[in-house]
Amino acid sequence: MSTKIITTAAALAAVGFVGFADVASARDQIRVVGSSTVYPFTTAVAEQIGKTGGLKTPVVESTGTGGGFKLFCGGVGVGHPDISNASRPIRKSEFEDCQKNGVKDIVEIKVGIDGITIAQSKAGPALKLTLSQAFLAVAEQVPDKDGKLVANPYKNWSDIDPSLPNVKIEILGPPPTSGTRDAFHELFMEPGAEKIPALAALRKSDRKAFDTVWKSIRKDGAYVEAGENDNVIVQKLEANRNAFGIFGYSFLEENTAKLRGVPINGIEPEYDPIAAGKYAGSRPLFIYVKKQHVGVIPGLDKFVAEYVSPKAMSKDGYLALKGLISLPPEEAKKIAADATAMKTLTAADVK
Amino acid sequence: MTDISAQPTAGPLRRRVDTTSPEAQAAVRRRYRSEARFRTYGLLAILTAAVFLVVLLIDIGARALPAFTTTSLQLNVAVPSDLVPADQKNNPAAIRGADFLPVMREALKTAIPGVQGRGPERTLLRLLSPGAPDDLRERLAANPSLIGTTLKVPLLLSATADLYFKGAGTPINTRSSRGAATPSGTTGTITVSAPGNDFSENLVTVKLAVAERAQALAAEAERTARSSAPNAAERANELRAEAAAMAARAKDTAAAETLDSRLPSLLVEINGGLVKVSQLAADRIEGDVLLPLASTNEAKASDWRIVTYVTPESSRKIGDQEVAFLERFKANGQVEKGFNWRFFTSGDSREPELAGIRGAIVGTALTLLVTLVLCVPVGVAAAIYLEEFAPKNRFTDIIEVNINNLAAVPSIVFGLLGLAMFLNFFGLPRSAPLVGGLVLALLVLPTIIIASRAALKAVPPSIKEAALGVGASHQQAIFHHVLPLAMPGIMTGTIIGMAHALGETAPLLMIGMVAFIVDVPTSVTDAATVLPVQIFLWSDLPELAFKAKTAGAIVVLLVFLFVMNGTAIWLRKRFERRW
Repeated sequence: MSTKIITTAAALAAVGFVGFADVASARDQIRVVGSSTVYPFTTAVAEQIGKTGGLKTPVVESTGTGGGFKLFCGGVGVGHPDISNASRPIRKSEFEDCQKNGVKDIVEIKVGIDGITIAQSKAGPALKLTLSQAFLAVAEQVPDKDGKLVANPYKNWSDIDPSLPNVKIEILGPPPTSGTRDAFHELFMEPGAEKIPALAALRKSDRKAFDTVWKSIRKDGAYVEAGENDNVIVQKLEANRNAFGIFGYSFLEENTAKLRGVPINGIEPEYDPIAAGKYAGSRPLFIYVKKQHVGVIPGLDKFVAEYVSPKAMSKDGYLALKGLISLPPEEAKKIAADATAMKTLTAADVK
Repeated sequence: MTDISAQPTAGPLRRRVDTTSPEAQAAVRRRYRSEARFRTYGLLAILTAAVFLVVLLIDIGARALPAFTTTSLQLNVAVPSDLVPADQKNNPAAIRGADFLPVMREALKTAIPGVQGRGPERTLLRLLSPGAPDDLRERLAANPSLIGTTLKVPLLLSATADLYFKGAGTPINTRSSRGAATPSGTTGTITVSAPGNDFSENLVTVKLAVAERAQALAAEAERTARSSAPNAAERANELRAEAAAMAARAKDTAAAETLDSRLPSLLVEINGGLVKVSQLAADRIEGDVLLPLASTNEAKASDWRIVTYVTPESSRKIGDQEVAFLERFKANGQVEKGFNWRFFTSGDSREPELAGIRGAIVGTALTLLVTLVLCVPVGVAAAIYLEEFAPKNRFTDIIEVNINNLAAVPSIVFGLLGLAMFLNFFGLPRSAPLVGGLVLALLVLPTIIIASRAALKAVPPSIKEAALGVGASHQQAIFHHVLPLAMPGIMTGTIIGMAHALGETAPLLMIGMVAFIVDVPTSVTDAATVLPVQIFLWSDLPELAFKAKTAGAIVVLLVFLFVMNGTAIWLRKRFERRW
């Protein structure tokens, strides 16, 4: 421990900075960032391409959709990721951010569908819901008999509708930071609210107030934020047979031994209805590819081709085995053609 | 005392201690009781903590157990001589690149002869992991002369099949038959007639289940009738009619019943094959052949059996066809369990049976190496300067306070700093152990400085004074005499700081180490992940088999922590000197 060691270490560190700053300028590994919902699927493709494509296995980061776009739109060049996973389409603001930083050519690829399901323990009382019943169970404010907004008075399911079981409302769901929560608001809460006459009238008269209604979830303990990890919700449902959970379809599929999906508007959360778009809680999943990196980062085109190949994306493909709900064959064919042709996104395509 | 000063004339100082009055004795008893109570509380606190710890360890250990074993099929695999072109026979790359899928398919079909049709063949192939041919591939690449021969190799089972053998399947009941039975065919959909009414018990069970369902339906009809929905009455009537029809079916004990996936699966094992019952009557069943029959001969009374997979098919991850295949392999003695070496020798994977923690362990080692190399010299030097050389003034006071403050900063803040400094400003690569190590070094530096200063302070001043007294310079006194004596304390502090760094995930989130990385890193600039991050990533995956993997990785992390903390204690015991 003499001064000699200290100076050596300092010198080493300095050399390190200079030496490694250079590393970023050469990259032979595809880098993917973005949604944790798409992560399980992109990683499967990454592993496949690493095994068979003679390429280094791409690195897939789980940063969340918004965080992913921020990194993706950071600029062009090897220091920035090549692909971003997203559980929703790119927003106008994100697209503009991309344009501003020189990321001009973006290829949008819809890779499949994900289902948001409400599920319960098999030991619990079977429940069937309509969208508006789901809304009434979790909304912070609901209209009373005269159509005036009041704090949610429903304690038991049977308070909402006598046909529902007389059990306390207990719902475990994702926190506001989660993409699943966003999707739950958009797919369940908003259409559910629209079905209620008083709120439909409010939508016409005061759009802003209506948006607040479907965007707020009750805080009186009936809705419990159970964390980002869907497995935690699954475990809690196994322990509490009267509770209901909100999570992705792949977790329901994997736990069929213990859990049962709640039918929404009479449609079961199962593979075929979700694939056909009949089930209310289905949303598309995307990957966004930086076209300017094709040819610069080796294998990027190969990776995209693998992702859209029937081997991966079709109903019998390996992504379906991982829980992705595949697109109808005709749509998949068109998407595959567009993806291999690297058709870029224009400002008009982004909403 | 006040008594004395107040009454100086009361004679010599005599203070009588009252020990005999009932009040005094009660007070003494109270004090003893209070002490006994306190001891009990202490003991209870320790016991509670110990119980929690034991429960936690047992729980994690029990969950982790399945991660450390794998199940594979020991099959005879005939490697065709045309696996690779004749001129490529000695080229390992060509052998590794060969298509092993047909080889696997043939091996499976030899093991269970007679499986026909695309569906069952695919089901059979899916029982194997995508990594099943890996061992065979390596053996052939190492020894190309084996091409064209038949080898007995272990083929890794898929995670679902593996879980089946680890208890996630179904209980199986087998009942012998009373009378003879005759199948109508050997494959496809066949009927088996048993004139001795062998199936009557099963029919009764099914009828009971139907009756139960009819009741549930009737109850739902009543609930719907009370609903305020617009077409509730109509819907209730529909449900009532359905319930009535079902109840009538349940009463008619002679009529045949159709089995569905919500009922326990019923199978008939006859003439070396297996038939899955779809239509059930007392003396006759109709169903699909899962395992082909040898002949359509009549089977004698005890030569055939009725098998029940108790868990209904809809409540299992694994279908009846898969269970039938796996049970056949088991009966043939081809299923083998072994220690899961792959868990320690391979990187991450999306297939639970192939996923390993080698990548995470190497990543952790590289990250901690960077941390150690940076932290120890800088931390110890800072401690020595501040403790022994720095003048005591306002400036060093501020530094001291800030070091203590830094030790209390939440770790995510260091991650943000790392993102801004090392990634955005210096342009270092994302997800690299180098950056992870730099960030963790910032995190543990205050801990090491504080621990090292405490260790230096604990060395008696007489040592330094003696050295100075015989003419050593200040620097010589510190480096030759004080520092060696403080070293055990410094090392303990360093190891505890490192153990702290080992368990961190939050700062690594920001610098891209939360990523799916298959390749095991070889340098500090390769993309890598660390153990706690690997645990975090696995815990969020839907596959059931990853639950065990998560627990397995936790066990490995705990072992690392125990070893590090144990080393710290050992160092302290071994080298500590008391004055």
